[in-house]
Parts: sequence; C-alpha cells; structure tokens
Amino acid sequence: MKYALLIYAAQGTSPLSGAEAREAWIAFAQAARDAGVLLGAERLAQTDTATSVRLRGGQRLLTDGPFLETKEHLLGLFLIDVPDLDAALDWAARMPHAVHGTAEVRAIADDPAIRALIG
Amino acid sequence: MADGLERAYRDEWPAVVGTLARRLGDLQAAEDAAAEAFATAARVWARDGMPPNPGGWLMTTAWRKALDQVRGNRSVAVDQVPEPGEEVPAGTMARTIAGTIGGDDQLGLVFACCHPALALEVRVALTLRYVAGLTTTQIAAAFVVPEATLAQRLVRAKRKIRESGIRFQVPAADALAARLDGVRAVIYLVFNEGYAASGGDELIRTDLCEEAIWLGRLLHRLLPQDTETAGLLALMLLHHSRAAVRQGPDDHVVLLADQDRAGWDPALIAEGTAILDAAVLRLQPGPYQVEAAIAALHAAADSFEATDWAQIAALYGTLARLAPSPVVEVNRAVAAGMADGPRAGLAILEPVLASGALTGYAPLHAAHADLLERAGLADEAAAAWARAERATGNATLQRELGRRRSGTTDRSEKNLRRDVDPGGGPA
Repeated sequence: MKYALLIYAAQGTSPLSGAEAREAWIAFAQAARDAGVLLGAERLAQTDTATSVRLRGGQRLLTDGPFLETKEHLLGLFLIDVPDLDAALDWAARMPHAVHGTAEVRAIADDPAIRALIG
Repeated sequence: MADGLERAYRDEWPAVVGTLARRLGDLQAAEDAAAEAFATAARVWARDGMPPNPGGWLMTTAWRKALDQVRGNRSVAVDQVPEPGEEVPAGTMARTIAGTIGGDDQLGLVFACCHPALALEVRVALTLRYVAGLTTTQIAAAFVVPEATLAQRLVRAKRKIRESGIRFQVPAADALAARLDGVRAVIYLVFNEGYAASGGDELIRTDLCEEAIWLGRLLHRLLPQDTETAGLLALMLLHHSRAAVRQGPDDHVVLLADQDRAGWDPALIAEGTAILDAAVLRLQPGPYQVEAAIAALHAAADSFEATDWAQIAALYGTLARLAPSPVVEVNRAVAAGMADGPRAGLAILEPVLASGALTGYAPLHAAHADLLERAGLADEAAAAWARAERATGNATLQRELGRRRSGTTDRSEKNLRRDVDPGGGPA
C-alpha cells in the first residue's frame, strides 16, 4: 500500500541545527530508498510564502498565507510503498522531526484513472 | 435449540468474523456475512434441528454468503447452506477453508480491533462488537452513549481499518509484546468499567465483567504461554469472585472489610488461583500477575483482619517497581497502614497528596480519610471524606461515602472500620 508521511512541525522548533537536520533527513531518505519503499519526497518552501486560492461565484479569491493558520505547518512529505499500516507507522516514527513535530500517516486512496494520467 | 444457537453464537462468532475478515480484508463484509449466516442458522436449525457440527456449518454458510456478496450475486433465491447430509468439515472455518490454525484468525481479529492507531474507546467498542459478539445496542447501553453515536463510531473504525491498511494478523515478533499489552489493556478496561462504573447508577455492571472475563479466557486459550495474559485472567476471576456480595441489598457498595466472605465464589477463586500459580511458575513476572497475587491473598484470608497485610504491602512495593503509578502508592499506603499502623500509611500517602497528581481520584481521599481517622485526627478525616465524596462520579459510591462521612463525627466502632477498599478492586 502507498502512504503519504506528512511532515508537520512549528518552524524553528527543531533541536537540530539546519545542517544537522538536513543530514538527518538525507539519512532517512537513504534508508527508505535502501529498503526499497521510497516513492518520492518533497520539502515545501516556507509557510509564509504560501498563497491560498478559492473560486467563489466565479471570483478568484487569494489569501496571502497557508490554508490554516496553525502553529504546526505542513513542511513536506514522503511517499512510501509498504505492506501495511504497521510498516508505515514504523517509518513515520523514524522521521527526524517526530521528536518535536508530528508525522501524519495517510494511506493513498489509489485512483486508477489519475494513476493512468500521471503514469 | 435456542440455547444451542446462543452457544454456537458465543463460541463461533469471533472465529467466523475473524476468518472472514482476514480472508476478505474487510470487517464490514465479514460482519454482514456472519450476521447472515447466524440469521439463516436460526431459521434452518429450528426447522431441521442442530447440525452435528454447528461451527463448521456456520463457517461454510458464512463463507458462501461472503463469496456471494463478492460476486455481487444477490439474486440467488435458495439458501446457501450446507445440504442435509453434506460433509461439513469439523472445527472452525479457518481449518475448513484457509487451512490455517483457527486461533491465528481470532488473534488477528483481536489485534486489529485493539490496534493502537485507533482511539481507545474505538478499540473497546470494536472488541466488544466483533470479538465478544455484543450488539451495538448492548455496547451503547453499557457505556451510556447514544446507539447512533456508537454505530457511527464502528462504521468509521471499519472504514479506517480497511482504507488505512490495518491488517488482521498477529504483529511481527518485535512489536508483539507492546501490542499484546494494548490488547490486555482493552480487556482490563472493559472489566474495570463493569467493576466500578464511572457513570450511571448501577455499581457493578456484571455483564461487562463477564464479557471481559470471556475475552480474557479467549486470549489465554490462544496464548497459553503468555504469563501476563494468564495474570490478567486470574486477576479478573479473583475480583469477580466477590461480585455477589460487593453490592448490598439497598444498592450500596459493601467494602472488602464488610463483605460476607461466605458469599465469595469458591469456584472462581480456585480457578483464578490455579491459573495464577501455573503462570508464576514460568518466572516471567509482570504487573497483572502481581495484582492477581494480591487479590489471591485477599481471597485466601478468613477475615479482613487476618489478611496477610505485610505480604500485600510488599507486593504493592513490587508493583510500584514494575509499573510505577501514584494509584499503586495509594494502595501500598493502605496495606502498610493495616500492617504497620495508620502513621506508616500516611507517610507513604504524603508525597502522593503533595504531588497533586490524583486530586480528582476518590480512593485517594477515602484512603487518606481512613488513615487520618484511625490516627485519631477526626476533623482532618471528615474533610478528606468530603473530598472523596466530591471526586466520585458513581452515585452509589457517592451515597456510601456520604454515609461514612456523616458517620465520622459519631465515631462509633463501626466507623472505625476501614472505609477504603485496599486491594478490593482494580487499581
């Protein structure tokens, strides 16, 4: 099954320095790749650079900022392919930010039509 | 006949649901097929009599119903039941169809229902519904939630199990111990909810206690080597042995000190003690075994006074090392208060009170009040009784504590008896 491991944390709460955090994430990605479960990974740009878009009555409404103003933001995600939720939870628990932020595990609801488009 | 069906339901429900769930990967589909099979059994067995092998009959029928559903073939008019005289394999459907050990299917179901990715109240509801086979009406009544709420909770849980990839299987070896702890916690929670209901008027919801014991027996049968599972079962049996005399005729709680020990169930005590003794021989101690040992000491004592309090205090000391908690300290204080006098108990209680960790925990204040009273500090005791009364949400216990509080002032001999229940109930 495919899972998204969503990385939530408040910015600037990591106990690691920027360089250390980067190293830890690379090590995590490397481990997932070596285990043959890594499908993809992205880090998102800073939350305060986000723009939110809504279309209401034909009008395009833009908000300068993320969808939700919360303390913890979505900072990035990993996509993995593992047999079941237990395995996905194990990988989530290994994510470097899990000690100060939150890893949300969501199964991918596979849609064959969309999969066919993306290839 | 109705009895036979009920017994078959009891015995076969978790095996049928577990096997189907594992094979189909879908609890809803498993439930539907199992429910259909049992409904068909009610009709066909009333007409033709009980089949020689009810379990095999139910498994075969449920499996055919499930296949029918999968194929989307709902136009079949005839009952998909075994023909009279048709060879129905013995044992559970697991052996019948999957060729695996039936116990694995039941364990897989238990582990899925108790998966830590589900909220605790959801685990409890799933376990009672799909392992113990209670109806949503029964579960909703036991936990005082609207039936619609409970039904919705179960629907969402089944969807989460299916869509998030929770498997109906025994966890990998490295995760097994922790997951098993979680399963035992769910069973013990059901027992505690029955033993000292936190809300509502009925003090002992015997039904829930018996369901928990039934679940404990199932887990113990599936995992006979596991000493803590044996300890949990022994603990529940020993506590439940006092159920008949734990509630007085006017509905008030009868504390351990005042219980008529002739009313304790000797069969449950013997069974619980034997299971504990066998487990202890394996030399893998754990909190449930220690708690069961404490309950066994109470069960073995001829009277409250003749109880081996020193040994019980020592066991609470062991428990405090294995599973430290302020609640254990409260119980240790009570036992030490009995073994070495109220001042010894108060000394143990002091840090617990100072920490403020259990401010809303009625037994803390009841234990404190009792020790103060026996130490001759009547005013402080009365204040502690009042705190105990405020802290409990159980109406019956509240009435009893109120009675004790008002009794404190007249200081009759009766009220010098201990008012807490040391080891008298689950911690």
